[in-house]
Amino acid sequence: MKDLNIYMCGVGGQGIGLLAEVLLRACHKAGYDVKGVDTHGLAQRGGTVISHLRIGKKIHTPLIPSGKANIVIALERLEAARAASEMLAEGGKVIYYDAEYQTIGNRLGKFKYPTHEELENTANAKKGEAVRVFEEDLADPRMQNIVLIKKIIELEWISGVDIEKVSEALVELMQGKMLEKNLNLLKV
Amino acid sequence: MKKFYEQLTDKQPWNGLFMGNHAVARAMLEAGVKVITSYPGSPTPEIAEALNSVPQEMRDYHFEWATNEKVATEIAFGSSINGNLSTVFFKSVGLNVASDSFVQLGLMNLTGGLVIILGDDPGANSSQNEQDNRHFARMSYIPVMEPATPAEAYQMFLEAAKLSKQHQMPIILRLTTHVCHAKELIKFGSVGESKGFRADFDAKNGPYLPITRAVFPLKKKAMEKLDLLKKVSEKSPFNKIYSPFGSGDINGKKLGIISSSMPALSIMENLDKAGKSVDLLQINFSYPMPEEMISDYLKGRDEVLIIEELDRIMEYEIKSLAFDRNIKCRILTRGTHEEIMGELTSERTWDILSGHWPQVFEINIDPVHEPFANPRIAQMCPGCGHRSAFHAIKQALPEGTITVGDIGCHSLGFFEPYNMGEMLLSMGHSNGTAAGLTIGNERRKVLAFIGDSTFFHAGLPAIINAVLYDHDFTLVVMENNTTAMTGHQPHAGTGEIGEKISIDKVLESFGVKFIRRIDTYQQKKLAEYIKESLDHKGFSVVIASHPCMLKFMKQQRRKEGFVQKHVEIDQNKCERHLTCIEKFGCPSFKKNDDGSITVNEDLCIGDGSCRPTCPVSAIDFKKEAE
Ligand SMILES: Cc1ncc(C[n+]2csc(CCOP(=O)(O)OP(=O)(O)O)c2C)c(N)n1
Ligand code: SF4
Ligand code: SF4
Repeated sequence: MKDLNIYMCGVGGQGIGLLAEVLLRACHKAGYDVKGVDTHGLAQRGGTVISHLRIGKKIHTPLIPSGKANIVIALERLEAARAASEMLAEGGKVIYYDAEYQTIGNRLGKFKYPTHEELENTANAKKGEAVRVFEEDLADPRMQNIVLIKKIIELEWISGVDIEKVSEALVELMQGKMLEKNLNLLKV
Repeated sequence: MKKFYEQLTDKQPWNGLFMGNHAVARAMLEAGVKVITSYPGSPTPEIAEALNSVPQEMRDYHFEWATNEKVATEIAFGSSINGNLSTVFFKSVGLNVASDSFVQLGLMNLTGGLVIILGDDPGANSSQNEQDNRHFARMSYIPVMEPATPAEAYQMFLEAAKLSKQHQMPIILRLTTHVCHAKELIKFGSVGESKGFRADFDAKNGPYLPITRAVFPLKKKAMEKLDLLKKVSEKSPFNKIYSPFGSGDINGKKLGIISSSMPALSIMENLDKAGKSVDLLQINFSYPMPEEMISDYLKGRDEVLIIEELDRIMEYEIKSLAFDRNIKCRILTRGTHEEIMGELTSERTWDILSGHWPQVFEINIDPVHEPFANPRIAQMCPGCGHRSAFHAIKQALPEGTITVGDIGCHSLGFFEPYNMGEMLLSMGHSNGTAAGLTIGNERRKVLAFIGDSTFFHAGLPAIINAVLYDHDFTLVVMENNTTAMTGHQPHAGTGEIGEKISIDKVLESFGVKFIRRIDTYQQKKLAEYIKESLDHKGFSVVIASHPCMLKFMKQQRRKEGFVQKHVEIDQNKCERHLTCIEKFGCPSFKKNDDGSITVNEDLCIGDGSCRPTCPVSAIDFKKEAE
């Protein structure tokens, strides 16, 4: 496979860290050379959280250059729109969980919260696509990241990264009830 | 599958996907480090996370969160001169606090060895500046190693520990944010048998007392040790040439680049992309500089471009080397102030390269990816006690009050909608700065904030000063029983380390005359106390306390049978005063297109601290959650 840049983002507290760690490990298990980096800053306090994952034989820096992400995975719509505009490469794909975490600017009416159509237009302008994911009645919002991963597996966006590899990664990273719930979610 | 700490402590060699910070912790165990100290700060706290994951009974090292970086450095020094290999680590600006003791380390015979890990933060991702601590190394005669990757951070720590023990001198391992947090596959070695702690201090190993003329022999020795280390850096495998397409003539000239650590990786990507015969000399064992290696490199090329991150340090040293040795190579450098700022990512280094050599690195014609104009500024968490405090205090302040911020989660109070804490220098600055603002000032009230970890870290001297002179301002201690901003580390006031040291008692013992304590959720009472304290002539303190709710909720969620509570807004009562979103500003509130306000249940933690803020009492606990 040719080099692949996967850019993951969301809002602090949404579980981007776990999503990134699971994908990093699953890609490694699928036989790829991987490099990753989390950039958190003040993220824990409701800021944007970003994680970079790069696959390829000749990659030096873990940071994806702007406008070079082949895949954007977002846990929130505004962050998906931001990544589509700043990071998405020509022909790249966006997948996002449709959670809406308004910013203070949105609530005070200074900035408009983006719609799915706006996000789609940004992606289309780069000859790419945007896929919305949402699961009604998801018991625990902390499992939105797994819902996204499941969809990525279905779409086969990262060849070789399947349910088995992702499950193995989950088993390494968590235990108890939460592990059980996540594994079940992957399988159904 | 092994648990994390089992991997970390595995005696056998193994390969694993590890983050830079965790890899360094593993290196400490392999090197046999006995004493490790720190004070929390990004980008290094995950080193402690790794060390603390190991059950006490399995540790043959001592790890300690010290009160501040200076104390941490002194503990590491003390244990090193007792014969124990030691390590201290902290963030970039931590070195300012540690510096009074740190600058002496080079003069000392550190019999056990001492590695200092500095987490520098180019790009100021999570710091109040992007200071370049390579300067400090030079003024203190301490060598510097600068890894570019997690694997190299691991290998360099081992090398630093070895050299430090061998030469009984301190060595700096300078990590930067994205080296700390990068992850890759690393080949680890084995962990040897535990050696036990030593108590071998002997003044004869010194002298350790640099007073007046006794300083000179010590300083001389420090410089001689640096000379020795220069020989090591000349041969170090960490200094190497990257030459993907050889080094040939381009338009009759041989071109080269000198760089170090992570920016060198950006340049490698660009060299691969350009496909031309320009090469790169990567100097990661950077101080003392390998002069022969650099001279040879310059002599073999017509033009060499120096690209380093942050200040012009290598640049000046290499230029003076070329001048002294009369080397004819043309030395090119970064030009603008912008290029001295921020991280040198691959796109930014491409622009620097193409600025000098457009024939090799074509001027970037990629479409510009405009920053998305819809900013997301960090906010305090849902239910945060600091928010309740800001909301209440804001209403109690007379017109014109000057509010002094400090470092911690409560620094976020400066942003909308509170706009409190209007200036910031460093941890613990607020009391000194506030005192200065009161002098000759009869007209405006002054109110300062400080967090509880910061109170102990660097707050006390200025508080003592305020008591002594009875400076007329109010200090609000934003107590949340943890060092929250950096990831909930314990401090002297939390009771997690030793017996809790009470802030109230400390203040009483200083002789502070006006002290009030209140839970920040009691907004009315807090506002009253603030008014009273501002009316009080002289120094006064209000301890505005509430446990960090992020930490609290994490603990709650782990409990069996936990049910998440929420609040809801009674749409029949709501008169759209919008106090909840415009003044209180909990991120859980959502403004809908029809103008109504609802609660985002993914975010709301159901603490109810928003309830008293609604003038028509439209916010209440959601019934079903009972
Ligand atoms: C000298 C120095 N050391 C460490 C830091 C990193 N740091 C930033 S915020 C913070 C936490 C302060 O904790 P506290 O005062 O309790 O405030 P809280 O975040 O809990 O509100 C620390 C240690 C720093 N900025 N400067
Ligand atoms: S981490 Fe704790 S102190 Fe910091 S904003 Fe969140 S709740 Fe408040
Ligand atoms: S109860 Fe919910 S909405 Fe109210 S302050 Fe707490 S988190 Fe925010």
